[in-house]
Amino acid sequence: MRKTALDTAFELARGNPRVVFIGSDLGAGTLKEFQRTLPDRFFMEGVAEANIIGMAAGLALEGFIPFVNTIATFITRRCYEQVAVDLCLHHLPVRLIGNGGGLVYAPLGPTHLAIEDIALLRALPGMTIVAPVDAEEMRRAVRKSAEVPGPLYFRLAKGGDPVVSREDAGFEIGRGILMREPGRTLFVSTGVMTTRCLAAAGELAARGIGAGVLHMHTVKPLDAALLADCAAGVDLVVTVEEHSLIGGLGSAVLESLSADGIAVPVLRLGIPDVFPAKYGSQDDLLELFGLQPPEIVRAVLGKLRGVYD
Amino acid sequence: MVIGCSMTSTPDPVPLDERSNALRRRVVEALEGGGRGHIGSSLSLIEIVRVLYDDVLRFRADEPRWPLRDRFILSKGHGCLAQYAILADKGFFPAEELKRFCRRDSFLGGHPEYGKIPGVEASTGALGHGLSIGLGMALAARIEGRDSRVFVVMGDGEINEGSVWEAAMSAGKHQLGRLVAIVDYNKLQSYGPNDEVQPLEPLADKWRAFRFEAVEVDGHDVAVLRRTLSAPRPERGPPLAVICHTVKGKGLPFAEGIADWHHKSNLPAADIAAMYDALGGRG
Repeated sequence: MRKTALDTAFELARGNPRVVFIGSDLGAGTLKEFQRTLPDRFFMEGVAEANIIGMAAGLALEGFIPFVNTIATFITRRCYEQVAVDLCLHHLPVRLIGNGGGLVYAPLGPTHLAIEDIALLRALPGMTIVAPVDAEEMRRAVRKSAEVPGPLYFRLAKGGDPVVSREDAGFEIGRGILMREPGRTLFVSTGVMTTRCLAAAGELAARGIGAGVLHMHTVKPLDAALLADCAAGVDLVVTVEEHSLIGGLGSAVLESLSADGIAVPVLRLGIPDVFPAKYGSQDDLLELFGLQPPEIVRAVLGKLRGVYD
Repeated sequence: MVIGCSMTSTPDPVPLDERSNALRRRVVEALEGGGRGHIGSSLSLIEIVRVLYDDVLRFRADEPRWPLRDRFILSKGHGCLAQYAILADKGFFPAEELKRFCRRDSFLGGHPEYGKIPGVEASTGALGHGLSIGLGMALAARIEGRDSRVFVVMGDGEINEGSVWEAAMSAGKHQLGRLVAIVDYNKLQSYGPNDEVQPLEPLADKWRAFRFEAVEVDGHDVAVLRRTLSAPRPERGPPLAVICHTVKGKGLPFAEGIADWHHKSNLPAADIAAMYDALGGRG
């Protein structure tokens, strides 16, 4: 997904002389071809995120469209004030590409996890947040970003994730995609959690419980209209996110449903208010936090029993 | 190298001329109108903005976004009274607006904002942002083949921020000869003397270590500032750091060098009158 995101940024740069790329201290050879063919628009600036964001702002104030790439937690936590003031306050078209959203860097420990990135950025006026489900959707998202006038954060998954998105479903930033029709239950998810929700929905269907999947690749602005449509008439909405339960997609869904006066039970699945204490793989931690399909199914069944009891 | 005066003590500093006093009176007008303001921090940089706008910067007041203009960023945004005074003086907006400083419906707030104030290139006030933004602007000029220069004014307290040095390192790497970092070195940050809060020396050597060319000047000496800031620079070469030795509260004998005059609010009418008196009358 990361390679697709960067390759697509390069594709945009070839077609648009205003597109520039700024990396921190990325892996050796990253975007070599970009550097070779467009050297005046390729910058690798070292481990200095605050400076990189300000520099991107300066370029954007002059009409350029910078794509900035580094590890998700460092592009959100470390330089938060620069993102807020330099990018959001000036409403500049800078694209932040955050590697390793969520629990991707599980083996590297809590300093490298990005589990409150969405909460942080969602609080900033004018920020758009997109978490694609797979590389194909990533490509569509980067291409569509040309239409977004303000700052945009792409939350990247691990890469090599199974492709579940479909081109014929269309893609618009700010529009959710209903990937499976709702039954008694509706999953609302973002990023690669949508893949887990599709599997969980299949399992629930096998048990006679209809479950829809609403993929919110854009967490902000949230597609409130589609959410309201899909949530109307279900017995349970289940939000699933690879993120802290504070301030992420689940919070956004509750806020939206509340604002629209839709009273429906909501089960929020995500990461509790802790720094993950274990290592292992991303999948290991997802399982630990109950975010793999079997755990999701179990949680939904438990909640449905509660709803009907 | 110190051009124009010693950095420690100057027995006979160059007296302020009428233009410098007139700009300071504009500052007092805004301070009086808004009932508050970073007065000391603004008065130390009057000559810096005066020389830039009178003699150095290429700009069009009636076309603030003119692409070929030079860029000026007041990174120490709390010194905005000085910037507002010079922008009003140059006709970017009517001087009457100064009297509405910080009022609810004014576009002149306690820190300068991009998109609201003609001639303001970036919203500043959160310290340590301006040099990175200026760096991006200088890189943009390089990509476009424009010969615009970029001037960024920072405070001495401001350069405690690590992000300033991240930007300096990057500017040194790119050898942005048309980027100028100006330090308003008035020796006093909010709490007290730099030397007590966070000493900066050897300051010029710090900039040189980041691959800048660094000079030290008397930041109130108009002729020296003019010579230093106007000198042509190669597009590709060391960026320039101009360390301006200044006096906080300059022009008001009762405020000069006194930390308490960093910011003032609710000044009694007698104090406002004393300020005008020190600056040659209400004008």
